[in-house]
Amino acid sequence: MAWFTKAPEAPLRIPTEAVWNVCPKCKAYTPKEVYAENLKVCPHCGYHGRLSARERIALLADEGSFKEIAAEVIAHDPLTFSDASGAYAGKVAATREKTKIGESIVVGTAKIEKLPVVLGAMDFRFMGGSLGSGTGERILQAAETARRLRCPLILCTASGGARMQEGIISLMQMAKTCAAIQRLRDEGLLYISVMTDPTTGGVSASFAMVGDLNIAEPKTLIGFAGRRVIETTIKQKLPPEFQTSEYLLEHGFLDKIVARKDLKAFLAKMIRLTSAK
Amino acid sequence: MATKKVAAKTAKKAAPAKKTAPAKKAPAAKKPAAAAPAVTAEAPAEVPTNPTWETVQIARHPDRPLFTDYLTAWAPDAEELHGDRLVADDPAMYAGIATIDGERVVIVGHRKGRTTEEKISNRFGMANPDGYRKAMRIMRLAEKFHLPIISLVDTSGAFPGLDAEARGQAEAIAKNLADMSVLKTPIVVVVTGEGGSGGALGIAVGDRILMLEHAIYSVISPEGCASILWRDGKMAPVAAQALKLTSGWLKKLGVVDSVIPEPKGGAHTNPAKAIADVKKAVLAAIRELKKIPVEKLVEQRYAKFAAMGRF
Repeated sequence: MAWFTKAPEAPLRIPTEAVWNVCPKCKAYTPKEVYAENLKVCPHCGYHGRLSARERIALLADEGSFKEIAAEVIAHDPLTFSDASGAYAGKVAATREKTKIGESIVVGTAKIEKLPVVLGAMDFRFMGGSLGSGTGERILQAAETARRLRCPLILCTASGGARMQEGIISLMQMAKTCAAIQRLRDEGLLYISVMTDPTTGGVSASFAMVGDLNIAEPKTLIGFAGRRVIETTIKQKLPPEFQTSEYLLEHGFLDKIVARKDLKAFLAKMIRLTSAK
Repeated sequence: MATKKVAAKTAKKAAPAKKTAPAKKAPAAKKPAAAAPAVTAEAPAEVPTNPTWETVQIARHPDRPLFTDYLTAWAPDAEELHGDRLVADDPAMYAGIATIDGERVVIVGHRKGRTTEEKISNRFGMANPDGYRKAMRIMRLAEKFHLPIISLVDTSGAFPGLDAEARGQAEAIAKNLADMSVLKTPIVVVVTGEGGSGGALGIAVGDRILMLEHAIYSVISPEGCASILWRDGKMAPVAAQALKLTSGWLKKLGVVDSVIPEPKGGAHTNPAKAIADVKKAVLAAIRELKKIPVEKLVEQRYAKFAAMGRF
């Protein structure tokens, strides 16, 4: 074989994921350590990457203060649902195994700058952070615990919406969570909703939007209907900033956009400013 | 089964009927109503129909009684009240005060519209945030004046539009869920046709949830579910079955308190009877709820929703 027809050797390839974080928004490469030090915020474009529930709790709760509640409440399969890719029950079991959490939200009591709170964080890795019956029950128990302890409730959302594999039961969790939170608010207790990327569908249309304070991280996707659905319905292209936290702030649906590094201090400040002396 | 035959006929009839309303195409991507006949017309060879899918066809039947049919028959004296006092009056949502057989009530509901013109102006019963806020405003009047509330649910979903998002569709629905859960007056909800996801739930938190026999109530449309989980909208009949969105299942799942039987073949075969039967069921529920002290009623409402999905 002539040298010029010889197939070139495959170029040496180091798996980028091992060393670099690639920003899903601006595609910039950041060394993993730098990215982690920067709280998983892209140093180039400021996109706030997704945190797991445990990472979010570690970010906000005083060290060692978090005590999980309702851990025994796990996802159920009320419809014995099965689709093209298999049974829902199997998928949930696999997700539980992978994420080491029982549902798409982790809730518990905690302290933020020594202030007692009930804190919850959703995990997008768990079935897209979807709102299942277990999620709803955990949120209800979190709200009732906050009521009993007379302390604020803080929920950090990250969810694609209702969990369709649980059908109507999933839809009802929207009403259930809102009802539990309304009771808390009616008793003069503070509820802060922290929306993180993404907060859409049935979660945006329920407990995420009824905060005494609705806050969000920068450049977070927040909206009810999906972009494609809207574009097909109204037959128009939507502006790029549509359904971002900046868009929602401008339209009056957020109290404030708070960067991740300032989040803990902001929450503590608001709790101090609103709690009875 | 009789129902089955009628439903099959219904589906065939529905297809050409839809052709006369090309505007229906607008919300086609997500909106089941438009997609449904097309699916049944093309698909039966590969995706066999099933009883659940037939129920979906009946729930969306063009001759099925709509909000206005119920209201006209029940309460000729009804006064519609307009506007959310913020930006607009949404025709897709009705809100008003009426007397039904001597019972003074506030009534709210999705208004799909019968004629093509109405359908377009009402966005096929898909409400904007202004609609949900108007409904809530009038329901607050009900609380203030101790009037029971009747909420008639019939929508394929909340409207997915740019303005709807800009004006806070999610916030409007969320607020209604929270506020209705503590409203100090009896609330009777009836799912009369399509109970489409958050758009339905936005006026469907109540003390008694009734459902017509052939109505459907679901977290997502069968078409939407099929296109996501089966990656093929034509699998809607299969998705419909998997979603268990029929009155029988919803009763079993504890979401619906009671099912109102429909005339043989569906409400459209004898609208007058269906409308009268629904009225009877609604009034019975109201009279029962009025006996319960209001504080206790609100407690029971909370317990009812708290128990949903608790295993």
